Amino acid sequence: MIRQHVNNHESGYALHVEDLTVSYGTKPVLWDIDLNVPPGVLAAIVGPNGAGKSTLIKTVLGLIKPAAGHVYIHGKPYVKQRHLVGYVPQRSSVDWDFPTTALDVVTMGLYGRLGWLRRAGREERRRAANALEQVGMEAFGNRQISQLSGGQRQRVFLARALVQDADLYFMDEPMAGVDATTERAIINILKELRSLGKTVIVVHHDLQTVSQYFDWMLLLNVRALAQGRVEDVYTAENLQKAYGSQIALLQNADIPSAKKSVISNEVSQEALQKN
Amino acid sequence: MDAIISFLTDFNIRNVVLGAALLGVSSGVLGSFAVLRRQSLLGDTLAHASLPGVCLAFLIVGTRQALPTVLGALVVGTIAAFTVLLIIRRSRLKTDAAQGIVLSVFFALGIVMLTFIGNQNNAGQAGLESFLLGQAASILPADVRLMFNITLIACALVLVMWKAFKVISFDSDFAASLGIPVLNLELLMTAMVALAIVIGLQLVGVVLMASMLIAPAVAARQWVKSLEMMVLLAAVFGMLSGVSGALLSSLGRGYSTGPLIVICASVIVMISLFLAPERGLLWAAIKRRRHHGVLRTRQVLTDMYHIAEEHNDKQYPIEIGMVNSLYGMRSERVLERLRSQGWLRYDQHMPEEGRHVVLTSGGYKEAERILKDLTKHD
Repeated sequence: MIRQHVNNHESGYALHVEDLTVSYGTKPVLWDIDLNVPPGVLAAIVGPNGAGKSTLIKTVLGLIKPAAGHVYIHGKPYVKQRHLVGYVPQRSSVDWDFPTTALDVVTMGLYGRLGWLRRAGREERRRAANALEQVGMEAFGNRQISQLSGGQRQRVFLARALVQDADLYFMDEPMAGVDATTERAIINILKELRSLGKTVIVVHHDLQTVSQYFDWMLLLNVRALAQGRVEDVYTAENLQKAYGSQIALLQNADIPSAKKSVISNEVSQEALQKN
Repeated sequence: MDAIISFLTDFNIRNVVLGAALLGVSSGVLGSFAVLRRQSLLGDTLAHASLPGVCLAFLIVGTRQALPTVLGALVVGTIAAFTVLLIIRRSRLKTDAAQGIVLSVFFALGIVMLTFIGNQNNAGQAGLESFLLGQAASILPADVRLMFNITLIACALVLVMWKAFKVISFDSDFAASLGIPVLNLELLMTAMVALAIVIGLQLVGVVLMASMLIAPAVAARQWVKSLEMMVLLAAVFGMLSGVSGALLSSLGRGYSTGPLIVICASVIVMISLFLAPERGLLWAAIKRRRHHGVLRTRQVLTDMYHIAEEHNDKQYPIEIGMVNSLYGMRSERVLERLRSQGWLRYDQHMPEEGRHVVLTSGGYKEAERILKDLTKHD
């Protein structure tokens, strides 16, 4: 069987996803996702629990096999563009009792370009140390990762992605369960990446901060409900489409065209987490 | 001493010791990755499931030969491992439950086949039960050579694939995003574990084999700060338990080698759990005690501060008997610690009374600082 990839398909987009469908068993987790993320944006993937946010990222990265659809990055199939992609998985997805140091974890971000046999040398350690400095963790390079706090672990993960020197970053809930200082540090780094012309796509669970942090967003609930610039997508009608009637954004006076009648008093889990 | 002398002279013991050492190295190295990937029970499943494989091989061939036995164990062990994977993929069962079920079903099947063969009055069946707990005496030089080759392959593989194995063990999703063929390498690792197990069956037996994978790795984890050191130390611990178990069993007739090796490995685990710096239980207990001590001195200091405040006298002398009755225990040691830090001094109030303590100005300030810290967190 000959499988031919098309080159320069939708090359104007940093990420182009078409017809992407994923199912575990009988129920689709993602249904017919079409997604076009322009380059140079800080994009949020937003949606309720179980909407398939992490699944979308993992499928784009080839960690989950889709039932249908294709993923193109800067006009070429993902498998050809892997070197352009950086990834920050959920912090809870790994065992932090692994016997290693913060610096060593960051160095793992360079394994892709080191190939099979070459070992990490002085140059790699220098770059890892630089990345640690960028996230404000230079003092913790030799610390065992088991002794780091949640926020520090998140910064280490971020540094590991920075050292990948990617063009398109995928981050799975980097701001979940970190303190305010770390959240600010992380968002500053994301904005810095954007100013360097990179594209950053972040699974984000906190509706309150979407318009403050991001300039592009996807509203997801199994289907791609709305996507585009935050000021166009972040409307009460769209949010209600994603979250149903349980949405409560009581404090958010800045939702455009928000009518009080649309907003019920039932507080969603997402909103609760922050309040 | 006798054991060492007989080791040098007795050909058979030398085989067993060499075999046990090699088994320890290979299972220590491979076990480190299995433990870190939370797959230590996969080894147990593979080991138990190889029993019906051994029996099947015997039923087909009719005699007990090395190659069919190894092949049978490998094939059925692999089937068991895939059954576990299938159950996890296709049902809602979690890994531990799936492994538990597959392990017991295959082992039960093996025992049934073992009794069936036992009732057949076949002369060649003799010693098939030894696969349950291992029979070191039956090890031949050819077996040792095979074990040597397997250990060599395992070590070479780990050395060549080091970075890939490391990043897969820590963060397999990230490894996959780097383009590392995670699934294939995991299968390769599992195959190596299966091979190590099959090789160890003769020595340690199906029942205890898993502990050879788990124990050296778990013990090593206690002492190390890097994966490199963990794998090395696990190999050393594995070898140590193999050699000492084999030597101990040679001290007398009828001591089975397998269980002795496992006991030696367990002793190393025990020592590591207790004594390893930072992670050991003893270390933790010492730290807790020291912490308690600090807490108690701070408690006494702030209580003295409150008493002085109540009397509107920063220099208020408090009799030690009073301090003792406040806590219902002797406080001289804590007071002495406070004095050595310059936070209080001893004093005599009335001649017929006992010794008194008085806060120094430094102690008074320290107490104020502690109390301010406490309220700041509210």
